Amino acid sequence: MNALFPRRAANTGEGLSRRQLIITATAVGGALMVGCSPTDLLAAGAESETGPFGAFVKIAPDGAVTLVCKHIEFGQGSHAGLAAIVAEELDADWSKVGWEHAPANAKLYANGALGAQLTGGSTAINNSWEQLRKAGAAARAMLVQAAANRWGVAAAEISVKDSVVSHAASGQSADFAALLADAAKVTPPAEPVLKDPALFTLIGTDRVRRKDSLAKSTGQTRFTMDVQADNLLVAMVAHPPRFGAKVASFDAAAARAVAGVVEVYEIPTGVAVVADNTWAAKQGRDALSVTWDESKAETRSSADIAARFRDLADGSAALEKGEEWQGFETKGDVSGQPGGQALEVAYDFPYLAHAAMEPMNCVAQVEGNKARLTFASQAPTLDQLNVAKILANLPGAIEIETLPAGGSFGRRANFQSDFVVECVQIARKVGGNRPVKLIWTREDDMAAGYYRPLVHHRVRVTTDADGYPSAWTHRIVTQSIMKGAPFGGGGVDETAVEGAKGSPYLAATPHVDAQLLTPDIGVPVLWWRSVGATHTAYVMEHTIDQLARRAGQDPVAYRRALYEKAGAKRHLAVLDLAVKKSGWGTPAPEGWTRGVAVHESFGSVVAQVAEVKMENGEPKVGRVVTAIDCGTAISPDQIAAQMEGGTCYGLSATLYGQVTLTEGRVDQTNFDTYRVLRHGEAPQVETHIVPQPAGTHPTGVGEPGTPVIGPAVANALLALTGEAITAQPFVRV
Amino acid sequence: MAITLDVNGKQLTVEATDDTPLLWVLRDELGLTGTKYGCGVAQCGACTVLADGAPIRSCLTPVSALGAAKITTIEGLGGEHPLQEAWVALDVPQCGYCQSGQIMSAAALLAQSPKPTDAEIDGAMAGNICRCGAYQRIHAAIKAASGQTPAAAPQTDA
Ligand code: FES
Ligand code: FES
Repeated sequence: MNALFPRRAANTGEGLSRRQLIITATAVGGALMVGCSPTDLLAAGAESETGPFGAFVKIAPDGAVTLVCKHIEFGQGSHAGLAAIVAEELDADWSKVGWEHAPANAKLYANGALGAQLTGGSTAINNSWEQLRKAGAAARAMLVQAAANRWGVAAAEISVKDSVVSHAASGQSADFAALLADAAKVTPPAEPVLKDPALFTLIGTDRVRRKDSLAKSTGQTRFTMDVQADNLLVAMVAHPPRFGAKVASFDAAAARAVAGVVEVYEIPTGVAVVADNTWAAKQGRDALSVTWDESKAETRSSADIAARFRDLADGSAALEKGEEWQGFETKGDVSGQPGGQALEVAYDFPYLAHAAMEPMNCVAQVEGNKARLTFASQAPTLDQLNVAKILANLPGAIEIETLPAGGSFGRRANFQSDFVVECVQIARKVGGNRPVKLIWTREDDMAAGYYRPLVHHRVRVTTDADGYPSAWTHRIVTQSIMKGAPFGGGGVDETAVEGAKGSPYLAATPHVDAQLLTPDIGVPVLWWRSVGATHTAYVMEHTIDQLARRAGQDPVAYRRALYEKAGAKRHLAVLDLAVKKSGWGTPAPEGWTRGVAVHESFGSVVAQVAEVKMENGEPKVGRVVTAIDCGTAISPDQIAAQMEGGTCYGLSATLYGQVTLTEGRVDQTNFDTYRVLRHGEAPQVETHIVPQPAGTHPTGVGEPGTPVIGPAVANALLALTGEAITAQPFVRV
Repeated sequence: MAITLDVNGKQLTVEATDDTPLLWVLRDELGLTGTKYGCGVAQCGACTVLADGAPIRSCLTPVSALGAAKITTIEGLGGEHPLQEAWVALDVPQCGYCQSGQIMSAAALLAQSPKPTDAEIDGAMAGNICRCGAYQRIHAAIKAASGQTPAAAPQTDA
């Protein structure tokens, strides 16, 4: 979700702006009025009571501190980093700091980067940095003032350490618990004084560790799947076999005959069976006989879609109505350059399923126009807007209790709130405020679309006498993710070009002609961990290695020269660190070949050196040395965890991941046909963090580790075999 | 029909059709939600529990097939199992959804092979998918729990 950054919007005048989101909120809310602030509109109907220490900090009678976390925890461990920011400014005892998910309330909990309550774009720490520093500092100031009043001393003479407030001169001290009642009566400072970052004692240390490991190692974490309630019904839905098909008719007799099945309903997305328990719901759903109206369904095969994208990119297919090339980087005149030595490469990327470990699910209870949802909501504001629309209520009035998710990788932040709306449609039929748990099986989840789009790139690069790019022609053909967004867009879909656009290699090239084409296809697509970078990083980084090879240069030296030219200092720094730690330039261990890649995404720059060999006819990745510049490192341990996990996620897709369609039907059904990375295939990732000056703003960590491994492995294989790899996945089953 | 199961050392009687997978009996009838659904076809390992010490995929095991087998779920591991302690020491879980299954597979491995080799770990854990990619720490935690390495977090140099 890089493209949602205001940084980009401000730079380019394109992409999402908050204003666009607001306009949509106004339209959706119908009755909503102008003259309110954006988040007022989105939160209309919400209760927004907060405690004495504001929206983000709670202090319990025993002095325990709780971060009210506006971001969902779905594996990235951001709760720990966010809590550490508060604890640092509050000088709280880290062992007595906990966290909880915030309720859905855009006014209090909007993501500062996105203008809505939404976790994504690796923005959790980035957008909360100042906000939570201030929240912690304000609470600290209130406790200090309470102590100053009680002891009759100047607040400036008071210090705080590990949740104990002290006045050295008089020898007095009190813990947070003892001061709580008085502190709650102190007026919070309007502009709390922040700590000098050079004096941080918690942030950046190995003490900043996750708070949920014990619960997650004992089966105690409550996921959506685990919600239990009196009277709970479980729902499963028969979905159409092709995107865009609808129910024509159905026979529910056999389903109703299954013991435990309570009711069968037709809903807009299919036929729902509700039952007393999961097994009955599944048996009932499988017993349905449904006839589908496929007159408006997407019936193309993915191979046909890929072929047309290729033909569009090389100019051999004509544009259809509504299709139009859009330039995203243009300078100089590529046509005026001699083209004899041009490198021409075309790349193909398949659809990818997110395949989060916990398939999509939701628990909803509806009575009249009121709804309460208990589930892992990645985008509470979007979910509120979509549900409010169905129930004709105000978005803020839709209650959401957010639970942790068993992964998401972007899937749970959906413009249509697809599975959420489906659950609400069923709960509405059931009515009476009775909780309904919608469960998608793995097969439902995999066939439901919202994939990383199928993408084709075509690149033509001419080089100067020294072998560096002189003219770069780039064509990208893919479906637009943002076209389906309620916040419109228009202009170039940044999510399709980010990473090619803004590349230091293009900055270092005098003549550039880069264009995007986004044909409409009836397969729903969505952001997928690292979004545009999933393909642009591969294309840019693998192309660069092919160019370096033609120039007879070492890939690291070739990159350095281009980064110097482009003034890409952060790229240089991560590359240098990865080179140093990996032993690049010295012989690789016997049997292994090294490959390097560097990419900037979500405000961070990552370099990786991967050691690769062929084993049983498949690439095997061993040691992966990672260097990251992510600004101030809050939790080095969790940054390392995200580099490890992000690398596995990217490698899984590069080696094995693909969703294909045959005449509109999704071929993959489960993990037997959608191959993912397994234990023995995982690399050994080492993480090195580029040191930053104190106070540097932190940047993203959840996604930037994903897109770099693919090209690093491809570049190792290029060095090993002399062959470029122009299609993912590398291994096809 | 009424079925009696031995779960975590307790004799429990549930009402279920005999084709109901153990997974859904544990979760829906006994409230033991630590055991997870991930695929339903023995591909992901999220539903792994022990039956007389052997790892089984509860999503494909009909409840009627268990007889007198002693079933152990993540809840029955006690919370202070060396694997669980290593998991916490290394902050292994990311989303955590796969981790009950991972730990149960690892527990079966250690019961068989108290100091497993890397290859044995790779083999025993091959059926447990982690989409968050916590494999490296899972591997390290198994080594630590079996006394082969110290249980320290991977080093970073910030
Ligand atoms: S749910 Fe049983 S193996 Fe996946
Ligand atoms: S920790 Fe998320 S799937 Fe393993």
